Amino acid sequence: MSVVTNTTTIGAIDAPSRRNTELLLLAFAVIIPVFAYLNVGLALDGEVPTGMLGYGLGVALLAGVGHLVVRKFARYADPLLLPLSTLLNGLGLVLIWRLDQSPRLDNIPAAATKQLMFSAIGVAFFAAVLILLKDHRILQRYTYISMAVAMFLLVLPMFFPARFGARIWITIPGFGTLQPGEFAKIIIAIFFSGYLMVKRDALALASRRFMGLYLPRGRDLGPILVVWAVSILILVFETDLGTSLLFFGMFVVMLYVATERTSWIVFGLLMSAAGAVSVATFQPHVQQRVTAWLDPFEGYGKIAASEQIAKSLMAFGSGGTLGTGLGQGNSDLIGFAANSDFILSTVGEELGLAGVMAVLLIYGLIVERGIRTALAARDPFGKLLAIGLSGAFAIQVFVVAGGVMGLIPLTGMTMPFLAAGGSSVLANWALIGILIRISDTARRPAPAPAPSPDAEMTQVVRP
Amino acid sequence: MNKPLRRIALFCGLLVMALLIRDNWLQYVRADELNSHKYNRRVLIERYSHQRGNIIVDGKPITGSARTEGTDFVYKRTYTDGPMWAPVTGYASQAFDANQIEKIEDGILTGNDDKLFFDRTMSMFTGKKEKGGNVVTTLNSAAQKAAFEGLGDKKGAVAALDPQTGKILALASTPSYDPSTFAGNSKADEKAWVALDKKNNPDDPMLNRALRQTYPPGSTFKVLTAAAALEHGKVSGPDEPTDSPLPWTMPGTTQELPNEGDLPCKNATLREALRVSCNTVFGKLGADLGKDKMLETAKKFGFNEEQYTPVRVEKSVFPEDINESQTALSSIGQFDTRATPLQMAMIASAVANDGKLMKPYMVDRLEAPNLDVLEKNEPEEMSRPLSQEHAQMLQSIMETVVDKGTGTKAKIPNVTVGGKTGTAQHGENNDQNPYAWFISYAKTDSGSPVAVAVVVEDGSASRDDISGGGLAAPIAKDVMKAVIDGKQ
Repeated sequence: MSVVTNTTTIGAIDAPSRRNTELLLLAFAVIIPVFAYLNVGLALDGEVPTGMLGYGLGVALLAGVGHLVVRKFARYADPLLLPLSTLLNGLGLVLIWRLDQSPRLDNIPAAATKQLMFSAIGVAFFAAVLILLKDHRILQRYTYISMAVAMFLLVLPMFFPARFGARIWITIPGFGTLQPGEFAKIIIAIFFSGYLMVKRDALALASRRFMGLYLPRGRDLGPILVVWAVSILILVFETDLGTSLLFFGMFVVMLYVATERTSWIVFGLLMSAAGAVSVATFQPHVQQRVTAWLDPFEGYGKIAASEQIAKSLMAFGSGGTLGTGLGQGNSDLIGFAANSDFILSTVGEELGLAGVMAVLLIYGLIVERGIRTALAARDPFGKLLAIGLSGAFAIQVFVVAGGVMGLIPLTGMTMPFLAAGGSSVLANWALIGILIRISDTARRPAPAPAPSPDAEMTQVVRP
Repeated sequence: MNKPLRRIALFCGLLVMALLIRDNWLQYVRADELNSHKYNRRVLIERYSHQRGNIIVDGKPITGSARTEGTDFVYKRTYTDGPMWAPVTGYASQAFDANQIEKIEDGILTGNDDKLFFDRTMSMFTGKKEKGGNVVTTLNSAAQKAAFEGLGDKKGAVAALDPQTGKILALASTPSYDPSTFAGNSKADEKAWVALDKKNNPDDPMLNRALRQTYPPGSTFKVLTAAAALEHGKVSGPDEPTDSPLPWTMPGTTQELPNEGDLPCKNATLREALRVSCNTVFGKLGADLGKDKMLETAKKFGFNEEQYTPVRVEKSVFPEDINESQTALSSIGQFDTRATPLQMAMIASAVANDGKLMKPYMVDRLEAPNLDVLEKNEPEEMSRPLSQEHAQMLQSIMETVVDKGTGTKAKIPNVTVGGKTGTAQHGENNDQNPYAWFISYAKTDSGSPVAVAVVVEDGSASRDDISGGGLAAPIAKDVMKAVIDGKQ
């Protein structure tokens, strides 16, 4: 009889929630960084670090809170996203703490405690997203407000003094500094999703065919031109190549997904190339970055940007295949950005090729789970939002990791979760929260249909 | 919408793939290149992470290693009696590289040399702290001390050799410097380094005068001219009268070659001419021999060629393209003739060793940290500038110089000493204070244990006081005595 019931109501099979898988993975995500912490302590001082218990309990608590919130409010969510983020966050804390111990970096303030605090706030953000945002489609209502807020956040740093050659920070007295760009990343994804969901048909269908490409109508080009212009403005006025690239890249990806038109990609690439080249002709900051990328050792000892990259490359090279071991390398030679933009160099030197590949694969997995969420989502808004956030995450990882490894010109951005930086941790936990919310909605079994009174009598053959 | 999503997934996969490939390129393919890059400070950190091996004299190290504070270079070099030994050791600085033995044998001293590969591997397994190997020198600390203290605050240099082996026994240069003062990489080290620079210190204390400075050798060069005259048959014996008019006008000129005072130089014998240091006799001998024969003999003594001990010795010069009067001047150690103190010690040593010139060297052996000998240098014959018979004739002449000539201040009781003084003019129209020279050797029953050359360039002494016999001979005597006393 039960067999009969099953065939009639497929949706009613209790889909595995995978929460226990998540819990098991979370255990590893806590244990691995705790061992890393122990390793650093033993390597640096030859004894078990005193903060180990506190650190272990702290990370375990964060993971536990995250897990309970997911279990309660997003039961069917993807089981990998939370453990992977926790693992990266935990490893990041260990690396930051390790760099705090370095006498060479005495002149920059210790960041581990602060980072732990921000991780806690980040997990709180994550929990808040899951508790307050019952359905991601609610966000759709705020499409145009999101646009306004995102623009505000992006423009805000222009009114604050530049730090380290880029205007991406705002200073709040008594609190510290914030990078609004990190939050704008999420908010603008909401705007793009809402906007594109409405306009996708117009953008996709009203076009002329020319040389195998669908050329969009002039008036449909409007929005892409605006986003392009904003990206260029960020690049010019905030000298922030990374953010500019991130927003434009995210927009092109979402546009392509929304319209399924390859022509948008071509347009996007042409426009970003044109924008980048024209800005590079008059922006010394961008030129310097490109020169430093082409031959970092050429400007060694003369240009700070070149020297930084050269030092990063040497850190990677000195790590070799297996690395020196945590706490035993000299990646702190990179100097003041060692625990933020260049934190991957420490991974490279102390954990070696093996460690960097593992970390990159963890990032790859997060992106993959995000895209899988987009595929599984049932509504276009959810699909667009999920791909927008995952795409932005992927681009950010590529831009930062590629920058510190000398694959592309360096842009000032942080490795999500790994690098020291409050805004980055908060924003990325929120991002993961939204992805988990979408994946929960996507994987949640459809509500059981009302029991059919004649199920007992007849076998229904579904059309 | 799923088709573009899959494509985006593929695109993100490609991004990650690009990063992975780049990482393999950096950390596998280019790892060695980046790891040993000249800008990579890790190379230096590793280099100074353990104690540097020592340079050893008479079984005792003259160098050491000390822990540093406030830098990532853990150990820095220290020197015992730095100024005295600086011409031997050179310096090894964290900030300013190294020179001389410290530089040449750096691989052994740091322990990075391939010869020490086994030791490195062993210390990796046994967990013992890695240490560099030692460089054992040929030097004699008593002789070195006598030389350095003899020079005192005068400007000059001493080089002493063991004529029978070519071992360098003393190598002093004053004013000297203490390489300890800039062995680290702090501000104070930099200040010390800048202060020693030639630009800021006209005395140029970092110049190794014993090996790297050439001087006009003056009358000491007459020993070589005498050797050439004997070898080329111009004079048959020490007591044969030479064909030397007085006064003598240099060929091709109307200029007379003056002697220092009214000396009995007319047709003087070789012995007498060297005893009183006749310019006319040796000038004419040189001119009669001709520049080619003079050059031939000079080259046999090591002139016109750099020597490696293994520290490089500046090329001493006997001019090649000269006319007859210039040959006459060159033959009495003036004109363009220039020699390092070591070169002059080699002349004395070849005479003392019965005409056989041994190649000078200062590194006896290289030792592993566990004192195993990695490499041993054996004495090596360099050339035979004169026959045994002629060498012994010349010895008897030089011994006369010390016995009752210009070099009496070098006499040592119960020891046979042969020598030659020199007072070399220099400067435009000879207006600067001349250099005082003395070259000599001592002889015992078992041959000659030491030959020495001393040069004092003293700008402060009055002109009349500067003479090889007065200033330089006592220093040479003390050095020789130190060596002989050490043998007993």
